[in-house]
Amino acid sequence: MIPAAFDYTVADDAEHAIQLLGEYGDEAKLLAGGHSLIPMMKFRLATPTQLIDVGRIDDLSYIRRENGHVAIGAMTKHVQLETSDVLAVACPMLSHVASLVGDPSVRHRGTLGGTLAHSDPASDLPAAVLALGGTIVAQGPNGRREIAATDFFTGYFESVLAPDEMIVEIKVPADTGGWNYQKFNRRAQDWAIVGVAVADGGKGIALVNMGSTPLRASAAEAALAGGASVADAAALAADGATPPEDNNADGVYRTHLAQVLTRRALEASQ
Amino acid sequence: MTATVQSTPGGFGTRMLRKEDPQLLTGENKFIDDIKAPGQLWMGMIRSPYAHAMIDAIDATGAESMPGVHSVLTGAQLADMGLWLAPMPCAWPVTDDMVNPPHFPVAVSEAKHVGDIVAVVLCNDRYAMADAVEQVIVDYTPLPAVATLQAAVDGTAMAHSDLDTNRAYHWPLDPNPEGTAAAFANAAHTVKARFIQQRLIPMPMEPRGCLAIPSPAGGEIVLYSASQIPHILKVMIAATTGIPENKIRVIAPSVGGGFGGKLNVDADAVLAVTLANKLGLPVRWTEERSECAGASHQGRGQIQHVEAAADADGKITAIRVHLDADMGAYMMLITPGIPLLGSFLYTGVYDVANFSFSCDGYFTNMTPTDAYRGAGRPEASYAIERIMDIMAREIGMAPEELRARNYINGGEKFENFDAASTLVFDSGHYKPAHDRALEMADVAGLRAEQARRRDTGEAKQLGIGMCTYVEICGLAPSRALGGLNYGAGGWEHATVRLLPTGKVEVVSGSTPHGQGHETSWSQIIAEKMGIDPNDVEVLHSDTALSPLGLDTYGSRSLSVGGVAIALAADKVIDKAKLIAAHQFEASPEDIEFAGGSFSVAGTPSKSVHIQELGFAAFTAHDLPDGMEPNLQEQVSFDPPNFAFPFGTHVAVVEIDTETGGIELIDYVGVDDCGVQVNPLIVEGQLHGGIAQGAAQALFEEAVYDEDGNITNPSLMDYLVPSAMELPLIKLDSTVTPSTSNPLGVKGVGEAGTIGSAAAVINAVCDALSPYGVIDMEMPATPQRIWKAINGGAA
Repeated sequence: MIPAAFDYTVADDAEHAIQLLGEYGDEAKLLAGGHSLIPMMKFRLATPTQLIDVGRIDDLSYIRRENGHVAIGAMTKHVQLETSDVLAVACPMLSHVASLVGDPSVRHRGTLGGTLAHSDPASDLPAAVLALGGTIVAQGPNGRREIAATDFFTGYFESVLAPDEMIVEIKVPADTGGWNYQKFNRRAQDWAIVGVAVADGGKGIALVNMGSTPLRASAAEAALAGGASVADAAALAADGATPPEDNNADGVYRTHLAQVLTRRALEASQ
Repeated sequence: MTATVQSTPGGFGTRMLRKEDPQLLTGENKFIDDIKAPGQLWMGMIRSPYAHAMIDAIDATGAESMPGVHSVLTGAQLADMGLWLAPMPCAWPVTDDMVNPPHFPVAVSEAKHVGDIVAVVLCNDRYAMADAVEQVIVDYTPLPAVATLQAAVDGTAMAHSDLDTNRAYHWPLDPNPEGTAAAFANAAHTVKARFIQQRLIPMPMEPRGCLAIPSPAGGEIVLYSASQIPHILKVMIAATTGIPENKIRVIAPSVGGGFGGKLNVDADAVLAVTLANKLGLPVRWTEERSECAGASHQGRGQIQHVEAAADADGKITAIRVHLDADMGAYMMLITPGIPLLGSFLYTGVYDVANFSFSCDGYFTNMTPTDAYRGAGRPEASYAIERIMDIMAREIGMAPEELRARNYINGGEKFENFDAASTLVFDSGHYKPAHDRALEMADVAGLRAEQARRRDTGEAKQLGIGMCTYVEICGLAPSRALGGLNYGAGGWEHATVRLLPTGKVEVVSGSTPHGQGHETSWSQIIAEKMGIDPNDVEVLHSDTALSPLGLDTYGSRSLSVGGVAIALAADKVIDKAKLIAAHQFEASPEDIEFAGGSFSVAGTPSKSVHIQELGFAAFTAHDLPDGMEPNLQEQVSFDPPNFAFPFGTHVAVVEIDTETGGIELIDYVGVDDCGVQVNPLIVEGQLHGGIAQGAAQALFEEAVYDEDGNITNPSLMDYLVPSAMELPLIKLDSTVTPSTSNPLGVKGVGEAGTIGSAAAVINAVCDALSPYGVIDMEMPATPQRIWKAINGGAA
């Protein structure tokens, strides 16, 4: 429960954080809400020697409506998503999903940028952003670039972010169609055993904890777009997925859950 | 039987808020990790990553050269230092031929479970300690590991490489084998089942820890320990290390829960004491959560083979049980006896003429097992209450009807019942709790709703389960423990002291770690002596303040320790009465005592409150001739019999048949713990106990992989349920006074746990009965439920 020794620097703004990332290279990790990173450090599964605290960059905490989408600062906390008046109108799905993350103390520390950068396939919000067809804005030494959520995640806890980049903003489309989020777990505070996010009336379907990254259920989306029934489309939900196996669920059971939850989410979103 | 409910303020039956809570809620209490000693060394454990391995070599040179590292000591080095006289203690050799290989605090040549200690580091601070632990390099040669209880039974590998068997003992309880055989031969119905009691982690909110402070010149040593058993620990440390018992003082500071997990003599305490003594420096250890979950002792771990026979009317004629019990790698303090604590309860609340029981204890290469809330009795209650449901289904009878037909004395009140298991049940009255629980849960209405959902084929199906349990608490009559080869008695000691200013000090040998003793013991004084409970201070958990005691486990504190306090209070009252009579110049026979005041019969104007007599006893200026000064009396109470609380619980579950998802949607408990001192504390104990039993049924299991690694030693993966997973528990009670003690009290610390696991699994199996499901392994996870619904094949 005691992490390896590390140094700690507070970043004043994104530019400062990126400069520090450049200085420390592989030794550094960005600290946002810390609810994933700190436990990993305490288990000594992560041993960064330099923590760069970006959680105090107030300029990166905002939720605002812009030209057809909602722009969310990377350091916006889950509780702010949960209670946002802007999201309540423009993208209530994101508020709802945020309300199901962990427990209140997690939601008061965790940030949207942090959970996306952490790229845990079992987390709720990355799949929600993926289903919504969101965009991740990353900033590096050469400025900003926009990455489609569908291109962002590359593996367990891995993304296309370069070592000297940080997420500064997330954009999700505003005023899209029907949505639903099904989260299946044994305790309210836990990660989903399987989760299914349906956005825009079924145009976007994303799966939680069904592979090494959050996944789009492409076969189900395509079937639905081609006129298949909800039941028939849902039966394809896990096509191409390689679900993990753990004490809660084997692959067969996860596949079944993905199908049932996709059907329920689609039915509820119609 | 003198149990009466008086109107004394704060006396029995008062729902008084706990006196302990303001200090706990404000953080004023000191727990083990809050206590520091100048110059203390932090001890860290190097633990085996293998379930079974030879220790080939340990290279500590890297760690020894790190800053802040005092020393690194391997098992071999520690053995050479001559720090202990004897192996780690097992106080309960259940048979004369029990196999118990010597077990030392640190393994010397062979590691026998993941988490077994192979070396220790001593460091100047905890950060250096955490770093140094990682730098001790150990070479192992892995050996075949016994990673399941069934593998131990099958004997495919040996948990201890120098033994040719994994079986540690065979313990029979078979008073009438011919009768049992005949009952099965003549039965109209027989059923049998194999139940698995999975391993559970006690998981107290505060992990364990200790701090040993030596006095190099004087030879005394003070051991602070997050322990349920400071008194037993003191004796055992003396016996194990050879340090004179009179030089050892053990203090349990505020202790954040135990559930049996702090009822042991662990390597850390022996190491801290002996190393502190050797080095002349304080040595401390604070357990990490993963150590608490993976290396400190676990509970349960049994395979239960259970058979029942019934006649054509549903009268149970015989119960036959064989247990295989998982000892883990070593015998800890009372490891071998835990399954046997339940042996007498496998006939439950039923009048069963024939009973045969046996238990085989097996070594495995997993963490040792020992006491966990209920300790043997939840397992027994589960087995009998599950087999009753299976029998009910076999016969085609409602489970409540089968139970009602078999209750001792037809469910009517009884005292001193001779059970086939050879024990005498003190008192019981099972039908009222049964009726009330079914009524509160509205079982009739639930069955109608269940039928409706089955007819309409809704995805969410209902299950209703009941359990009428009985438990043995008030451990224990010393002679009974002696008969079981237990290494100590079961008495408890108390002193009651009326101070000069009229306040009261109670010295208790019971050792609270969350039970609310300070409140309950104050209420005993209020009840007996008519003194405001806030005028009472309770001294405990320090062998210097409270030299005699046998501590807290087995729901014994009230029915043994509390009774000792009441009897000591009686003695104080008796002596004070003589002083009052002397002051009134009256005969003691004419003095009456009520509401805390002595008065002369027929002359109510002559009255003195007992608290006013403290000063007279203290000054001793004018006491009756020959009377010793002071008002202080002590009692060691050894109960003549155990106490047998009981109750009926009803659980209601809703199962999502598409996903296997399960929710415990309602829970009713009607419990009878005899006379209640503080109903608020009774309810709190039941809430927690029911949650822990439901946790076994639905959530918790220490899961080991095929190599003997525990896969979930953290609160992230070991699913302790929260309030979000539990319904609002509805409680009521009946009161059937115990005949085992003069207060008529029984005990309630473990009752909830003993009643709830069977009730919940009975509900699960009830919900799934249309799918042909007869049994469900615990925990009933969504995956297990879904596979059961789908024929287990999916």
